Formats: sequence, C-alpha cells, structure tokens
Amino acid sequence: MTDSKYFTTTKKGEIFELKAELNSDKKEKKKEAVKKVIASMTVGKDVSALFPDVVNCMQTDNLELKKLVYLYLMNYAKSQPDMAIMAVNTFVKDCEDLNPLIRALAVRTMGCIRVDKITEYLCEPLRKCLKDEDPYVRKTAAVCVAKLHDINAQLVEDQGFLDTLKDLISDSNPMVVANAVAALSEIAESHPNSNLLDLNPQTINKLLTALNECTEWGQIFILDCLANYSPRDDRESQSICERVTPRLSHANSAVVLSAVKVLMKFMEMLPKDLDYYGTLLKKLAPPLVTLLSAEPELQYVALRNINLIVQRRPEILKHEMKVFFVKYNDPIYVKLEKLDIMIRLASQANIAQVLAELKEYATEVDVDFVRKAVRAIGRCAIKVEQSAERCVSTLLDLIQTKVNYVVQEAIVVIKDIFRKYPNKYESVIATLCEHLESLDEPEARAAMIWIVGEYAERIDNADELLESFLEGFHDESTQVQLQLLTAIVKLFLKKPTETQELVQQVLSLATQDSDNPDLRDRGYIYWRLLSTDPVAAKEVVLAEKPLISEETDLIEPTLLEELICHIGTLASVYHKPPSAFVEGSRGVQHKRLTSSAGSGESVESPDTGSAAVSEAPPAVIPSQGDLLGDLLNLDLTPPTSTGPPPAAAPGMQLGAMDLLGGGLDSLMGDESEPLGGDIGGSPAMGAGFGAPPAAMPASFNAPISGGLDDLFDLGGGGMTMGTYIPPKTVWLPAMKAKGLEISGTFVRRSGVIQMEMTLNNKAMSVMSDFAIQFNRNSFGLAPAGPLQILTPISPNQSIEAALPLSTVGPVMKMEPLNNLQVAVKNNIDVFYFSCQYPISMLFLEDGKMERQVFLATWKDIPNENESQFQIKDCHLNSDAASNKLQGSNIFTIAKRTVEGQDMLYQSMKLTNGIWVLAELRVQAGNPNYTISLKCRAPEVSQCVFQNYETVLKN
Amino acid sequence: MDSCHTENNSRAEMIHSLFLINHAGDIFLEKHWKSVISRSVCDYFFEAKEKAVEPENVPPVLQTPHHYLISIYRDKLFFLSVVQTEVPPLFVIEFLHRVADTIQDYFGECSESLINDNVVTVYELLEEMLDNGFPLATESNVLKEMIRPPTILRSVVNTLTGSSNVGDKLPSGQLSSIPWRRAGVKYTNNEAYFDVIEEIDAIVDKSGTTVFAEIQGVIEASVRLTGMPDLSMTFMNPSLLDDVSFHPCVRFKRWESERALSFIPPDGNFTLMNYHVSSQNLVTIPVYVKQNICFFETGPCGRLDITIGPKQTMGKTVEALMVTIHMPKAVLSANLTATQGNYSYDLATKVLVWDIGKLNPQKLPNLRGSLSLQSGAPKPEDNPSLNIDLKIQQVAISGLKVSRLEMNGEKYKPFKGVKYLTKAGNFQVRT
Repeated sequence: MTDSKYFTTTKKGEIFELKAELNSDKKEKKKEAVKKVIASMTVGKDVSALFPDVVNCMQTDNLELKKLVYLYLMNYAKSQPDMAIMAVNTFVKDCEDLNPLIRALAVRTMGCIRVDKITEYLCEPLRKCLKDEDPYVRKTAAVCVAKLHDINAQLVEDQGFLDTLKDLISDSNPMVVANAVAALSEIAESHPNSNLLDLNPQTINKLLTALNECTEWGQIFILDCLANYSPRDDRESQSICERVTPRLSHANSAVVLSAVKVLMKFMEMLPKDLDYYGTLLKKLAPPLVTLLSAEPELQYVALRNINLIVQRRPEILKHEMKVFFVKYNDPIYVKLEKLDIMIRLASQANIAQVLAELKEYATEVDVDFVRKAVRAIGRCAIKVEQSAERCVSTLLDLIQTKVNYVVQEAIVVIKDIFRKYPNKYESVIATLCEHLESLDEPEARAAMIWIVGEYAERIDNADELLESFLEGFHDESTQVQLQLLTAIVKLFLKKPTETQELVQQVLSLATQDSDNPDLRDRGYIYWRLLSTDPVAAKEVVLAEKPLISEETDLIEPTLLEELICHIGTLASVYHKPPSAFVEGSRGVQHKRLTSSAGSGESVESPDTGSAAVSEAPPAVIPSQGDLLGDLLNLDLTPPTSTGPPPAAAPGMQLGAMDLLGGGLDSLMGDESEPLGGDIGGSPAMGAGFGAPPAAMPASFNAPISGGLDDLFDLGGGGMTMGTYIPPKTVWLPAMKAKGLEISGTFVRRSGVIQMEMTLNNKAMSVMSDFAIQFNRNSFGLAPAGPLQILTPISPNQSIEAALPLSTVGPVMKMEPLNNLQVAVKNNIDVFYFSCQYPISMLFLEDGKMERQVFLATWKDIPNENESQFQIKDCHLNSDAASNKLQGSNIFTIAKRTVEGQDMLYQSMKLTNGIWVLAELRVQAGNPNYTISLKCRAPEVSQCVFQNYETVLKN
Repeated sequence: MDSCHTENNSRAEMIHSLFLINHAGDIFLEKHWKSVISRSVCDYFFEAKEKAVEPENVPPVLQTPHHYLISIYRDKLFFLSVVQTEVPPLFVIEFLHRVADTIQDYFGECSESLINDNVVTVYELLEEMLDNGFPLATESNVLKEMIRPPTILRSVVNTLTGSSNVGDKLPSGQLSSIPWRRAGVKYTNNEAYFDVIEEIDAIVDKSGTTVFAEIQGVIEASVRLTGMPDLSMTFMNPSLLDDVSFHPCVRFKRWESERALSFIPPDGNFTLMNYHVSSQNLVTIPVYVKQNICFFETGPCGRLDITIGPKQTMGKTVEALMVTIHMPKAVLSANLTATQGNYSYDLATKVLVWDIGKLNPQKLPNLRGSLSLQSGAPKPEDNPSLNIDLKIQQVAISGLKVSRLEMNGEKYKPFKGVKYLTKAGNFQVRT
C-alpha cells in the first residue's frame, strides 16, 4: 500500500459522491465533504481530481472551511498550477480582511503554494503584511519572505524584501524579531557570503532583549544566531554570557543546548584567571547533567554533544562520572555513548569505580555493548597507568568466563596493553594460550598470533602454536595471513635452529601459493632479507616498536574547535565538519558525506576508532572515521608515504626497497591499492616492519578488494562491450501481492528500452487479465504498448514478459530521480510497487559530443553545477573503463595523460535532451577513480554517478 | 525537467515532513509542510528498525543519501520527521514530543485509532503548529483557542447550530508578553493545587551499595484562578536543588536573587518546574533488597530468593511496591512462593513481575523458589537486574518543602494546596 497515493484507489463512485457534496447548497454538508477530502489526503489517497470543486468552497466566511480549503490547496496547487490561479483573487482579498487571523492565514498559505504564477501576485500583499499594524501578521509575513526566497530568490531581492526583513530585527514585538532572525538565517544559509545578518553591538543588544521575551523556539533561533557573532573583547563576551546564562534553566532542551553552544564559544575569549570564567564553568555542569534525565532520544543528542564538550573542557564534567553509568534498560544507542564518555572522564581518581562498572557491563546481554565494555577496560589500562594492573586482572577474570566473544575481545585489547607497557604483563601469556582454539574472529586470531610471535622466546611451544594456524593458511583472512607470516619470521629470527622448516613453509605459502599481492610482497621482502642479510633482517623485524598513545580516538583539534561552534547541530551529532552539512542537498558536499563509508560506520559503532589505535606513533591520532575519506584521496602518492615509518628503523626502509629490485617496482606501485583495508599490513610501507602485528586499523574489515587478483591480467584489455544489464531483482514480493511475485530489470537494446520481468504465480489460483500502468516519473517513462501476457499463469508457474517503454509519458520529478512507481493489475487485485532503473537506459546512442562543443559547453556550465564523486576499488585501466562505459552509451571524446594520470572526457545525452559531461580521472595503480560531472540539471549527477559505479564494477 | 530543477534547489528548512508509523511499521498519517516527499524515504527507517530488533533501540537520528530522519518512539508509535538540511536535532525531537503531547492533550491518549478517528483535527493542529518548518503555536492554551478539542457535547451543539471547531479570533495569548495565559479567565471556585513529585533514580549493586542515585523532581500545577493572578512560591530549603528548569512563566531573576518562584500561571494543568538533586547530595534509598538469583552448573535449574525491607522511609509507608526482573532467555518457567502479593512470569517476554503492594516492616515480603531452564541450554551468562517500583505518599524524599504560596493581583481568596509524592523512577538492583 505504500505507494497507493499515486493511484486513484478511491473508487470512482466515491469521488462522484464527494463532488456532489462539495457543490451542495448546505454549508454544513460542504464542510463535511471537504473534511472527507482532507482525510483521504492524509492517508495518501489522490483526490486531486476534486480541485475545482474544492477551490469553489474557498469564498466563505467560515474560518474552518477556509482553513481546510487552504490545506488542500497547499497540497495540490503544484500539480494543478492553472487551477491554482483561480484562487489568487480570494487570497488577495483575504490579505485585506479586517480579521488579522485571516490576513495572516492568507499570506502564510500563499507562500506555501509553490507555483511561479502565484508568486507574482504575492508581492503586493506581502509588502503590506510586512508593515501590518498587527504583530501576528508581521511575524507570519517574515516567514513568508523566506518561503518566497526559496521559490524565487531574485524576486525577493528585487522587491527589497530583504531590507524590510532586516528592519524587522528592530521590531517592538519579540516574536516578530525571532521570526525575522529565523527567516534571515534561513536565507543567509543559501548565500553564505552575503552580509545579511550583519551582527553589530546594536543588533546583538536587540537580540538579547528579544531573547528574554520570545517563545522557546524563537529563543533557539536567536541563540543560534548569536553564536555566529564575534565579540570585540572579553568584556563584551562576558556581558553576552551573563545575559545568556538564564537560558540554561529552560525546560526546552534545545534552548539549553543552544545556550551551551553560545557559552562554550564565547568562553574562549575570557581570560582563565577571571573569576567569572570559573563561575561559568560551574554553571555549565548541572544543565548538561539534567539533559541526561530527559527522553532517550534527547539523551542521545545530548551525549554526542557532551562527548565534544568533555574533549574540549574536561573540567566541566570531571566530577559527574556517575551520571554516565549505564542502566540496563537504556536503549543501546544511549549505552554506547555513555560508555564512550565514561572512558574520556576516566582518571586516577575514579578508575576503581569505572572498572567495577565496566566489569558489570561485560556480563550484560547485548553483544555489541559487551564487546565495547571489554574494549573500554583496555582503553582504561592504556589511559590510566596506575590502573593497568587492575585492568589486566579484570580482563583475565573475563577470559575465565569463557564467553566466546568476551575472550576474543579481551585478547585484542591485551595485545594493546602489551604494546603500551612492554615486559610487564607477559606472565598472562600462558592463560591466553589456553584459549587459542576458541578464537574464530580474524582480529582476535591476528592479535593472538602477534602475541605469540612477539614473545616467541618465552613460549616454549611457540612453533607448535604457529604451526597449528598454518594448516588452514589459505582459509584465513588476509589480516591473519599477514600476521602469521610476520610472527613466524620473528620466531625464526629468535629460534633459528628449530624453525627453519616452518619459515620455509610460510614463505612459500605466502609467495607462491597466494594470489594476494600484499601477502606476496611481504613474503618476498622477508625472503630476500633473510637470504641476503640476516643481521639486517633481525634489526628490521625485531626492531623496538614505538609506544602507542594514550588517548586513542580524540577528534582532531581543529575539527573539534569547529564542532564546538556547532554544538546542537547535526554536524555535532555526526562529529563531522559542518561544511559537509550546510550545502545540504547540493551535490558535491553531500556526496562526500555518503561516500566515506568508514565515517558512516563510526556513528553506529563508535568503537571503530579505538581499534585503530596502535598504528601511528604521534601523540594524537585523528579520529579514523573522519579522516578515512581523506586518506583514501591521499593515497595517490607513492606507497612509502602511506604509513609513518617507525622511528626505530628508518634506515632499513630504503634498503628494503632496493632489495625488491626493479622487477618488483611495478608491483610496489599497486601496493597502495588496498590501503583502505590494510594500513600497516604491508611491510614495503615501512611501518609494517617493526610493528605490523600491532597494526589493527579499524578498517581492517573493509574488503581487501578481490579485484587485485587480476593484477596481472589487466594489460590484456579487450573488455567486453555491450550494455551492462543489472540482474533481476524482486520488485514485488509475493507476500505483498496475494501470491504474485514480480522480479525484473531494465535493458536498452539498440535504442529500445525494455522492462524485462518474470512474473511468478505463488498463489493457489490461476492469474490472468494482466495490465500495467506507470505513475508519472522524472523522465516520462511509459509503457509503449500493453503488457503482453497472453495465457493465464497457473499456480507455481512463472512467465517472462518484456515491455517496451517510451519516454513520452507525463513527467513528474521523483525522489530518487530514477524511481518508477508501477501498478500491476490482474484478475485478483491491483498491486503497487516501485523500482529504480539505471539511468543509462536513457542514454542515447548519439550521445557523443563534438570535441569543440564539449569544451565550450564544459566552460559554459557554471561551476556550482559541477559535482565530484569517488569510485572506489575499481581495477580497470582507463581504456578498459572507456570500453565498458561505451557499452552504456557513455562516450569518451578525448583522453589526456598528465603525470601518470589518465583523464577521460566523456559525454552522454539523456532522452529528454539533457547533456551530461564527465571527466574521469584514473591513476595507474590507484583503485579510486575521481569523476567530475557537469550538467545544466545537476540533480541528475547523483544518478549518473551511481550508474558509472555499477557499470564499472560489473 | 524545468519543474524538476526548481524542486531540487529548494532548500527545505527545518522539518519538511512528518510520518506517523505504528508498531507494526505501517505509515498511517503523513504531513508535508513543503513539497511531498515519497513514503519510500521511510524505507531507511524500516531497515534500521529491523536491525534494532526492539523498537526502543532504533537510533533517533538516521542519515540517508538525501535526508535526515529524526524520530521519537512514544506510546508505541513512531513520530518520524524528515529534514533536508542542517537543523538542531534537539529542536526537532522537542517539537515531535510536543506534537505527541498535544495529541494526548486533545484526545486523552496518543494512539493510532484515536488519531485516525480525529484525522482532520490532527491535520489542522499540525498545520497550526508549524509553518514552513518554523514552530507557530505549540502552547496548548493557544492551540485550544484556535482549534477546539472535541467533546461530545460540542459536536452535538455544532451539528445543531452549524458552528465551527475553529476559533475565528486571534488567540489573545499569541502575542502578549504572557503567551501562555488566555485573557478573561473566570471561575466560581478559585483553586490552585501543586503536586511535588520526586522520582528516585538509582543503581544498587549486588552487595547493597548504592552505585549511583539521584532524584528527579517535578512540580505539577493545576491552577484554576480568575483573571490575572500573580503567584509566588517559596521553599524551606531551596538550596537542595542542583539544577532547575522552569516553565516560561517563571521569572528567572526572582529565582536568582531570592530563590522564590514568581509567576503568572497558565490556565489549567502545567509543569511549573523540573529539578534535580544529584548524587553528590545524599539521596536516601527507601528500601533495601536482599536477593540471590543463581543458576546451577549442573542440571537445568536455578534458585531465586528475594526479600525486601524498609531502609529510610521518613516514617511513612511504602506502597505499590513491585519488582520486575528481565530473566535470561533460557529461563523457561518459575515455580515460586510469595509470602505477600502475587507474581507472574511472562514466557514470551521473559519478564517476572512480583506485585507486593504495601510494605509491612513487621513481616517482610519474600519471594523464593526455583527457576527451570531450557534443557540443554548453557548456564546463562548475564545476571538479571531487578527493577523496583514503589510509592511513598505525603513526602518528598529529598526533604523539599514549600513554605509559602501567595497570590497578588486579584482580590478573591483562592483555595491552595500542596501535595507530596515520592516514586521510584529508574531504580535498579544488580544481581
């Protein structure tokens, strides 16, 4: 039923009935009819056919009826613009009504009707309403300016509405001020550089006065606006802070958090020795604590922000540890956030309490939470040195529980503890070894192997242990394979006499039997090192490792500062730079957000950062999630720069490179490819030499691209030509359609678009009388003929059907653009489903642009229409990519090579005549392509990009 | 494509759309304040809901390729809003709670059937509450003047006279400096009642030590006074309160300087103040719990033995005492004897409830017996926590007391009353 609104599910008779009632002479009957119409509308039924009849009811002195008609108009005016004009006169008349409620209602509704022709008529009434004697009308009109700006920005500027709006900041009524601020803020967001909200001491003063008197929502707008102001000196800062502090006692948590933002920001300007500074710090704690007793959803947002606040100013909440203790019935998303903050607040003073809590949590039911609690114990050990011993014994207790995932998690963190406090806790190794068999997760297996290798000399049967792993070498994940290789080499260097055979075995497994280039590389390097210069090998492989840092997942300081200025926003919830949000739906920036899959994860399982701890030596490690995207962009540079070399073995690195000899250089080039999956894993990168086993980047679990396997087959070229046809997917599950299951796909063959479907009858009775219909859609796709299913489908029979499509049907923009809503009828019922077609179905065969035209067009399209995307893990060379794309009517016009980077210039043309121009950058050896798309209708870019991705990856 | 262009550049501010979704995952109402957003956007939410298993665990903020979905879960319903740009999420969440409050206020409860029965009123309310994403009128007093709540009597009158549900005058409160109060209030009996209600949130560990305890307090008011009364309330011991948040009617300056609540009240029921007495101060725990829940390594069974006794009750009786235990999944049934009250074990949810009632200090209630486990299941790893519910009448456990309540600005003598009540909030005992 989800898409039913687009189809007339209201029976014909019902509409007729309503029509008659709407035209009734009786007022009451009319009103009831309009109510029925609205009721249908709210549940998503299409009642647009009644437009003229409903509009006829508009001229009434009954306010309720008028409101209902207005509601209807707002919903349907867009689809019936010509009809909507009929309503204009009534609107204009209502704007002059004696009753301010009606004047306001009229101007408010007009602003919501997003029809160009209506906006022209809106200007005069709006101008009057902005100067209306009644503040209720003025405040409504202020919002209307923002609405109008959204529809036609130029018009608003030309008409001088912006200046009027600015004047309203000085209005005598605080509600009008608040709305004017809100409207201006909204408008300013789409003009980042305009000086719309010109904040100076006078306006600030006005805002602060209005702050005390306006509604709670108005206070939020004003506080958010204040936060953008930069005070001239610390005295002004203090006086603003003093006037904002009372807001901390507001019942509305959004007001409280916005006030916290202003205070946190302006506090920066206050000298620390000022008495007031201390007072302010004290005032901030109680409201933050109180936020944690609100509803869980509010708690979650508050916790995400508190996480930022404790990083910036830990002193505020340092005595409030207990409020972050987890209750068993907290929602899981609250639990995980609380845990994170507990670790941040952990100190010598409270560590005993914290540990007792964490141990309690480790026996909870929720697996994710338990894992994170165990990991948290390890983080405490690393953070608070005095507690390390207690943490280790707690972890050992937990290992004794023998709960599989607890044991594995504990082993992973113990490995980190070993790295932080070398030669201190090795006595526990024996206990760990007892649990070798139960480890089935790669991360835990790799950690255990690292421990065995690192302390091989103290473990009597280290060779046996490692050998036992070797049996299933090829079934292990890359992470474990790499670890095993290094561990055995370490073992060999420590106990050369008994382990020669073992090392031979692992080297040959890694170099000859493996098709993973990473593993091969590491194997070859060890091999050569060991055979040329065992002494050097010892120095490299057994080098002393740098200690790992204490705080592991701190947000990078500049980002933190930026986020503090945006407390309370979505950016602060996602801990991502606000620039990624302000652009909103506009292509480029927005795309960046979604593209960095790694950072998306960090929201759900914030512990990814903590796993990434051990690799980089500097004291502060930027949060993995936030930088992952950047790292992937960066790795165009030679592989040596990807992992920071350990301080201990800088000289060795070069030697290692030489050892590889020229023949291997090309292989080295490809080394950086799987970076996303394995930062420290490759010995050729230097960092791996001493420390590879400690390297457990969060992203380890990312797929080590299978495409690497084809490394040597690449030059072959000769990729298959022809359109990529997505596999059939189930569009309509049988459960939703009384036994009819439809799966299908779209195909374009020699200029004809076809929808290919498999209809499967899973019901008990015969199905017949099939018909199909599409809802209006973005590109006017429509069936070119009836659905040809000539014979009835008997139970358990399936039938193939191909439906040729035309692109001349009615157009309506869909979300997403390539969404298609379909209704299928048979003898049983009508069913609805929606599916998405690859936009390449619409690429025309004559989409190859002339070179000159391409150049001119590229320049001609404004830069804001350009969107950039990343295609990751794609292992085609530029020619192969070009060939593959041509199969989908994406034509390469020119190719240029700059510094080893191929740039392909491509064009495609959509069925509705829109051209899309593309620049595809392919760097040899880098699996990440960059693609820039330019189009006069930039909204298609996202779809086109997705299409690139599917075509290139299939 | 032209229309497509303007559409996509449109920058929907704040709350773009609202979907109401029931427990089963059906969308039963949608409201769009700007252009219509396809219901398919909710698919991302359904995906998250599926993943979260329990509806309480669905993350309140979700990111989709083009939108953000911000939702709350209340009364078994999801209120899901769609936003397109940067917006303060707390703002949205607060607003959604306000929508739920309003529905509850109008129709008595917030349920799918009541919303469906009153769908047009709900729609009118939503339209009145938000304009272009900006909240318009969210005060219940103001809303009720614009859209009258349904009453049986009124709908009869309406059908007879043809009058309307919608007020045709600008609500007087809308623009005055006291938007929360309507003008011209008149009562024959002038009354002002205040309930001081405190909830104890606590975690007690298995040895009986209090790990964490705090008090969430609230003063609920029910004020029916004629005209424009100006009230002031003072406390015997205001220094107890660590953090306070007030109804907008309270004059903050007076609180800062004199620790007195001074206000012109809204008409009817409202929350005057929320407060917080934190763990740093001494929070008294009214009862103690002696418990032993264990599962045997051998054989599919376990034992349970719980006794509850009074600890610090300030001389009052503990009532409505109830213990709730979420048992590990492997627990099949419970064979227990209660010396007082009744117990029940829900097989499907694995929740054991022991309803005790009044606590008699002379004869402590005890619940004991055996638990049987699914045969073959390993010994449960997690220890169930106990959740305690209780009530103590006529006392605020923090010791907070109202000393005076005065009225100015009107001549009549109102009837005034203050009641105290202590409840268990989130009171957990670990085992």
